[in-house]
Amino acid sequence: MTTRHKVLIVDDELHIRRLIHSALARADYETVEAQNAREALDQLRDALPDIVILDLGLPDRDGLELVPLIKQRSDATLIVVSAREATDQKVAALDLGADDYLTKPFDTDELLARLRVALRNRLTKGGGVSAVKVGDVEIDLLARIVRKGGHEVHLTPKEYGVLVQLAKFPGRVITHGQIMAQVWPREVEHHVEYLRVLVRTLRHKLEDDPQRPQIIGNEPGIGYRLRTDGEGG
Amino acid sequence: MNETARPDPEAFLRAAAQEGRGRLKIFLGSAPGVGKTYEMLTEGAQRAKAGTDVVIGIVETHGRRETEALVHGHELIARRIVPHQNQSLTEMDIDAILARQPQLALVDELAHSNAPGSRHPKRYQDVEELLAAGIDVYSTLNIQHLESLNDVVASFTRVRVRETVPDSVLEDADIEVVDLPPDELIERLKDGKVYIPQEASRALTHFFSKSNLTALRELALRRAAQAVDAQMLDYVRAHALAGSFAVGERVVVAISEQPSAPGLVRAAKRLADALRAPWTAVHIETRRSATLSDAERQGLAETLALASRLGAATASIPARNVVEGLRRFASDARATQIVIGKSTRSWWFELRHGSVVDRLVRDIGSVAVHVLPSDDDAPARVRSRAIKGHWGRPADYVMTLLAVVAMTAIGRLLVEAIDLGNIALLYLVPVMFAAASYGLRAGLFGGLSSSLAYNFFFLPPTGTLTVSNPENIISILVLLGVAIVTAQFAAGVRAQANLAGESARQNAALAGFSRHLTVAASEEELMQGVCAEIARLLDVRTVLLTPSAVGPTLRAAFPPEDRMEQIEKAAAQWAMDNVQPAGRGSSTLTASDWLFHPLHTQRGVLGVVGIARDDAGLALRPDQMPLLISLLDQAAIALDRMALEEQMLDVRHVRERDRLRAALLSSVSHDLRTPLTTILSAAQELRRDHALPLAELIEGEALRLNRFVANLLDMARVEAGALPMRIEATDLFDAVASAVQDTRQSLSGREVKVDIPPDIPLVRVDPVLLHHILLNLLDNAGRYGDPGTPVVIRGARTADALLLSVIDQGPGIPPGAEDRLFDSFTRIEGNDRAKHGTGLGLAIVKGFAEAMGLTVQATNVDDPPGACFTIRIPETCIIKDMPLDDRP
Repeated sequence: MTTRHKVLIVDDELHIRRLIHSALARADYETVEAQNAREALDQLRDALPDIVILDLGLPDRDGLELVPLIKQRSDATLIVVSAREATDQKVAALDLGADDYLTKPFDTDELLARLRVALRNRLTKGGGVSAVKVGDVEIDLLARIVRKGGHEVHLTPKEYGVLVQLAKFPGRVITHGQIMAQVWPREVEHHVEYLRVLVRTLRHKLEDDPQRPQIIGNEPGIGYRLRTDGEGG
Repeated sequence: MNETARPDPEAFLRAAAQEGRGRLKIFLGSAPGVGKTYEMLTEGAQRAKAGTDVVIGIVETHGRRETEALVHGHELIARRIVPHQNQSLTEMDIDAILARQPQLALVDELAHSNAPGSRHPKRYQDVEELLAAGIDVYSTLNIQHLESLNDVVASFTRVRVRETVPDSVLEDADIEVVDLPPDELIERLKDGKVYIPQEASRALTHFFSKSNLTALRELALRRAAQAVDAQMLDYVRAHALAGSFAVGERVVVAISEQPSAPGLVRAAKRLADALRAPWTAVHIETRRSATLSDAERQGLAETLALASRLGAATASIPARNVVEGLRRFASDARATQIVIGKSTRSWWFELRHGSVVDRLVRDIGSVAVHVLPSDDDAPARVRSRAIKGHWGRPADYVMTLLAVVAMTAIGRLLVEAIDLGNIALLYLVPVMFAAASYGLRAGLFGGLSSSLAYNFFFLPPTGTLTVSNPENIISILVLLGVAIVTAQFAAGVRAQANLAGESARQNAALAGFSRHLTVAASEEELMQGVCAEIARLLDVRTVLLTPSAVGPTLRAAFPPEDRMEQIEKAAAQWAMDNVQPAGRGSSTLTASDWLFHPLHTQRGVLGVVGIARDDAGLALRPDQMPLLISLLDQAAIALDRMALEEQMLDVRHVRERDRLRAALLSSVSHDLRTPLTTILSAAQELRRDHALPLAELIEGEALRLNRFVANLLDMARVEAGALPMRIEATDLFDAVASAVQDTRQSLSGREVKVDIPPDIPLVRVDPVLLHHILLNLLDNAGRYGDPGTPVVIRGARTADALLLSVIDQGPGIPPGAEDRLFDSFTRIEGNDRAKHGTGLGLAIVKGFAEAMGLTVQATNVDDPPGACFTIRIPETCIIKDMPLDDRP
């Protein structure tokens, strides 16, 4: 990469901005900062960041309102930060277009890992990927073939549909709603139990030990995530 | 809890300031003219008398004199003049009130729209500001101005009001329904006592129809009931107190003085129970009622008392005859089931009057009529009764005779001018006069003397009682016959009027009584009021005793009485224990000077009221008995309500305290978390870049502190009682996998064995709460398990539940600590220093589990030894039909 990525940090706490700044600087990112929603929108326009890290608890405006605004006004990758217990808020942010979320307090290593995933997805723009490999599982999105340890695995169309939604953005959380809207496009009301059952059978077909899944990760109350290689656990 | 909802310290201070906020009391009426303003002013005056600083913010008297008189007693805040177009309007001067700072402001017409250019468009917003400034406000409101009811009201009255107030204003307000029966309101309207704006008068004529007013009244009462705390309502329903507005079936049982009546009452009670319906026992007072013997009256009163004891409302209404009265009452009470007894009257009576049952069934329309056979074994006792008047005073007969004499004199004067036959007609005048004034017997006496006088003075040969012309014999017989029939009717009308008058007096007494009871502010005051009112209404001495550990305790008396003899106490105790009257004039402990009647509702006996009279004889006349029973009924309900209100207040305080504590914890937790994030990240940076061992220590401790904060926050959510939940289909494999993933650090390299059957069904729980439960259990296992030993997570399906266990290997749980373990801040003795827990983890597990309808249990296991925590997911949370994996 020839140019450094520019990250906009939106948080009302000065210390947290400084901290994220130092972690990002160490990883060779360029940063700009904003301490409220107004400044954030100004910076978005003026600084043209590649990534926005947005704390949802802002003094002047509900952070959730900013999510669609940011996605409309720029094509920057958006990572939201919120408290642990705010599950609904996270789901809402993701459904509104946020690319990923972090829970406060977060480890800066975790933040950097998420940035890397987000940037990779940004480069491929979801759909540009033709194949994904997790552990010994290969997903060939062009040929619509899934192999485990070199052998083709037979998936039903729905199972494949779910897997594709995850594989388009490896490492990123896809909410239940987002997956179901793609896999059951004609259903008005989505029943998460169908998804649960599909994921269970998918794990039986893909995981070495379905009781301790390493390929499809679960975010309680939020969604599923395709693990990327190098992730611990 | 999301970020935006978290209370900040400022909000917290504001919440504290809310304590000093004024209270709003709304006088809620069903329609204009029921007397809301009057009631508000009266109560304001009472408060002023009690030393409260009261001012009138604004009151519209509409020129009513009684209302104006009340206004004069108060300080009036001058109105503000608002120029508008070419006229000037006047509005309440809110700034003047704020500057004056009274304790209580009276503000009429809460729904009023202010003139353009006022500070707030609506008056209720002005009131809001007064409340915020710590001023109590009394205000008035008609039910049709309530936003949510606006459409409903408009739909049946065809009058839409544009001025509305949001329902939320009722939420925190005390509500008093100012109630006036529709008939009385219509009467007031006719008398011109209701103010109606000129332009609306035509529309309002329709508005004030009886059916509309009845519906509005019901709406007002319902809304007021709704506004009462839901918990109060639940309580009332759970204990089946009167006053809940059940829809659906309503049972009415008609009772008479006949000995089979108590059986009817019990049958009606069974029917009402089976239908879960409210029920009413009604006695229809006809002309016959006046002729009942004392014993029969006593029996009637006892039957009514029995019904009341069994949970019925009781009523006694006057009517021309039983069928008509019952039909009217049934339609007023919207009865769906009527219970009556099979008549034990003679076939002769039925032939003449028709069977009550037959006529009722024919007339009553869609109501089910249950006719129960009489189990009376002495039908002869019940005889048909002609309308007997009392014999009356001799003076009545003298007056009657005088009237006949006067009419004879007039007849003599007219005899030249008119026909003899018409003179006979003149004699009907004294007959009617006598019957209407003195009753049937006097009327008959008048008829007899008239015919004798007619014969003697007018029929030839005059001066004798012989009649020469046979035609004239017919005249005399006709006169006698007409006189008798007329006398019957006139006497009947009189008896009816007497009954209605008596009934109206009793109803007025009852209404006054309940009004007195509602203004009482404390239990003592209420009890004193009960004694004083009963004493006044029945002209007796009264005492009120309540049960206590040392026997009946004197709580109130009128006139004051400070001690009771032992025998009185024994009688009072017996009355409480047996829920029956005891003492003078009853069948038990008659040596007592007092007659004790129990005060009871369905929840039990609240006390007894004792009654005594200075002269010898019965403590109470039998005809006073029904009134006493009704009074005691009302008193018991009022006492019960007072007790409930006090309990409610306690509950409210406790809840408020919990809410504040939860808010405080949440606020503190948030404020701790921000610096924690900084410390944690800074320590991580230091550790990575400079490999400082102390940085690692800081990081570890910061993580621990973070866990404590998270636990405190979770606990606050549990204790606040309103854990936000999103129950959805959840796979235990998912739940376990993510919990294991998230506890990698705290399990520090322990192996986690997962043993769950692959076909375990999905469950309906909140996945986030379940996640936290598992985190805490795994954390606990990591802390108390012996170093290096594995943790086992086991799932199992039983006949009626799904069990998920987290099992460690270690010392296990000390015997006897299994339950205590789940209390807040409990940790296993002796392990404090080594194990670093907050003592909240297991309390959170329990709180979260119970919020979702799950249970947790701690046991010890043997092989290998250790502790086992089991979450039991009941059948209702299990999804039995696993959806097929592939639907089109």
